[in-house]
Amino acid sequence: MEAERNAGGERLLDVQGLTKIFGALKACDGIDLSIGKGEIHALLGENGAGKSTFVKMLFGALEPAEGRIFWKGEPVDIANPGAARHLGIGMVFQHFSLFEALTAAENIMLSLDEKIPIMKVAERARELSKTYGLPLDPFAHVGDLSVGERQRIEIIRCLLQKPDLIILDEPTSVLTPQEADRLFETLETLRDEGKSILYISHRLEEVKRLCDRATVLRHGKVVAHCDPRQETAASLARMMVGDEVAAVRRLEAPGGIGEALLEARSLSRPAANPFAVPLREVDLTVRAGEVLGIAGVAGNGQGELFEALSGEIQQADAASVRIRGRDAGRMGISGRRLLGAAFVPEERLGHGAVPQMRLSENLFLSRFKTDARSLLGPLWTVRAGALTKAAKRIVEMMDVRKSGEDPEAAALSGGNLQKFIIGRELDRQPSVMIVNQPTWGVDAGAAARIRQALIDLARSGSAVLVISQDLDELFEMSDAIAVMHDGRLSAPVPISEATFEKIGLLMGGAMPERHASEALEKA
Amino acid sequence: MLESVLITIATAATPLLIAAIGELVVERSGVLNLGVEGMMVMGAVTGFGVAVTTGSPWLGVLAAILVGAAFSLLFGFLTLSLVTNQVATGLALTLLGLGVSGMIGEAFIGMPGVKLGTISIPVLSEIPYVGRFLFAQDPLFYISIVLVAGVSYFLFFTRAGLTLRSVGDNHDSAHALGIRVIAIRYAAVAFGGACAGLAGAYLSLVYTPQWIENMTAGRGWIALALVVFASWRPWRVLAGAYLFGAVSIGQLHAQVIGVSIPSQFLTALPYLATVVVLVLISRNRRLTMVNTPACLGRPFVPAR
Repeated sequence: MEAERNAGGERLLDVQGLTKIFGALKACDGIDLSIGKGEIHALLGENGAGKSTFVKMLFGALEPAEGRIFWKGEPVDIANPGAARHLGIGMVFQHFSLFEALTAAENIMLSLDEKIPIMKVAERARELSKTYGLPLDPFAHVGDLSVGERQRIEIIRCLLQKPDLIILDEPTSVLTPQEADRLFETLETLRDEGKSILYISHRLEEVKRLCDRATVLRHGKVVAHCDPRQETAASLARMMVGDEVAAVRRLEAPGGIGEALLEARSLSRPAANPFAVPLREVDLTVRAGEVLGIAGVAGNGQGELFEALSGEIQQADAASVRIRGRDAGRMGISGRRLLGAAFVPEERLGHGAVPQMRLSENLFLSRFKTDARSLLGPLWTVRAGALTKAAKRIVEMMDVRKSGEDPEAAALSGGNLQKFIIGRELDRQPSVMIVNQPTWGVDAGAAARIRQALIDLARSGSAVLVISQDLDELFEMSDAIAVMHDGRLSAPVPISEATFEKIGLLMGGAMPERHASEALEKA
Repeated sequence: MLESVLITIATAATPLLIAAIGELVVERSGVLNLGVEGMMVMGAVTGFGVAVTTGSPWLGVLAAILVGAAFSLLFGFLTLSLVTNQVATGLALTLLGLGVSGMIGEAFIGMPGVKLGTISIPVLSEIPYVGRFLFAQDPLFYISIVLVAGVSYFLFFTRAGLTLRSVGDNHDSAHALGIRVIAIRYAAVAFGGACAGLAGAYLSLVYTPQWIENMTAGRGWIALALVVFASWRPWRVLAGAYLFGAVSIGQLHAQVIGVSIPSQFLTALPYLATVVVLVLISRNRRLTMVNTPACLGRPFVPAR
């Protein structure tokens, strides 16, 4: 197998000079790429490098402006996703394209061309899920499932179409280390069966571990074709960014750890809806100068904790949340902001920012209470000049790349919008900062910048709480790590005593995949 | 006495049910057509006119269905192909329907109508108390029940129904799967229009066989509300329509007997009762979340 791959084998896909233009931006500029049979090919690049645009053209979701695609040696025109599937190209999307109101089996059935009764679909899905070790309950509603489980549905759905080429768009950005390991095993099995995989990622370690060849994109152009196993993570990063990625520095706090700025005392909350987790007696303390990390498998109450701390949901007991020594449990978001707290929610678009509003307007929405003096004029009119100046300051501080002077939030790439949203809060010099998933789906360069900014904030005397599913990130940033499981928060583990194993055990407090594995046993 | 009350309830409920079940399919595909009232009144005037002119009520029914569908396709063209705002376009459709029907119907005012006869099923219709209610009704009553059963089966047990629901849940994902979102929505809108037209024909050919301007009297709006309160589920629409019919007939009887409750309150009672009951049965939030079309009213423009 190995030898055949290295010898080049049969060519499955050949792309020549693929180009896509959006307005003034060349999202893809003459991209060449070839994939052999039974090869895992990595497509590397920072956010906005053109990876997603490129694969959307391969999958027929976007029309290329120029360039040719050869499939098994024949020139093809992929007019729509249906045509791509027909050729044997399957795709697992980064932002899942599942129907939440439908069951797993119904979701799968929709993508099959043949007409098969639903029971048969469920049976075949079960078989595949066993073969590839992807536990799945065909009759669960997608809306009830965790991100990892949803991804399995996507993969099984893709496999049922018996594709020759499987495109995976940042598949591990939502998975725990254990889930990611299981995914890699599945992908290796698939490769050994002779299927080809186009693997899009900016996580260099996993690309080195998994992929046979890599194509690196930067600003819409191919900068290198290489063998990732011959490269170091640093050399790959240099190709992606075009520069060295600064390692995050974590200095000791100059004044040492100070007084408690953020506290939660027996913070409880019933489950808000059937898909939610209750909070059970959460206790935490974050002191001045300290970064506390909160780890956990997605959907164990982290989102609920964030809402309770930020004031999106208020508590009956005012003393259950204390900010700078004041009881804040019954305060709204603005009240807590006025005490010096700042919040960055998990979802950038729609929660952290209004997609159709300009950056300066989004800035105004989160700061008009705390910065009323500088942003509001007489009779509560908006001082546009002060606003654009502040937006500009943030853009410069965080190196936000955008097109146009003051674009709409939705026009920015994910990483750049995240930099803006974090910068919007940092710009206030908050004494308490609470961030949920600071670098979700953000490229290496931007992520390093965000992490450094948060650490620097803590070292300047603020309390920083970071909720994240990315363990590497937490180990890089935190002074202590606490783990959320089933609505409970563990005692914090000081970073000097924390190991992946220790934290992983706490994360798995029980079986995180209980739901699906039970279903598999039943099957 | 009970039997005749039951029959009047069915007469009050059937037009609501037919219009609502059509709108349910439209909304399940993710389109909000607020023009039900307009399509209904167009069906009523066309049905009456054709029936009177040709002497055949069945031709009237057919014409009403076709005109309802054609009228809804105008809505479909505007909202689906030209991507106009669905709410505004639906409201415009209602106003247009009321106006055009008034103009066409001017010639028919005061004319004696043609009534669609009842169909009695032998033996079964002799069952005491409910026999005539269930088995000696006008044909559109039977059709309304068949429609509910058919729509329920279609939505939840056929692949085409699954496809339609998927389009209403997430049109971007559906498009990515190669499902023809716009074509499916056109079909759903046309079906909704046909049903609204049929419901209109029921009013002018069964309920009161004559033409009166604005004879739908807000029934299109009630049908729309029923769909939402029934959380987009066919059999609940049936329950809601009959509950509404029952309370409206009941309050009429109460007014006749002279119950000492202000008549305005009694007139409002059917609306109140329907809302309260349907809200109570939609308490299960999980089921409601699963049944609500997430893309309702959102325009679909594929990226190219």
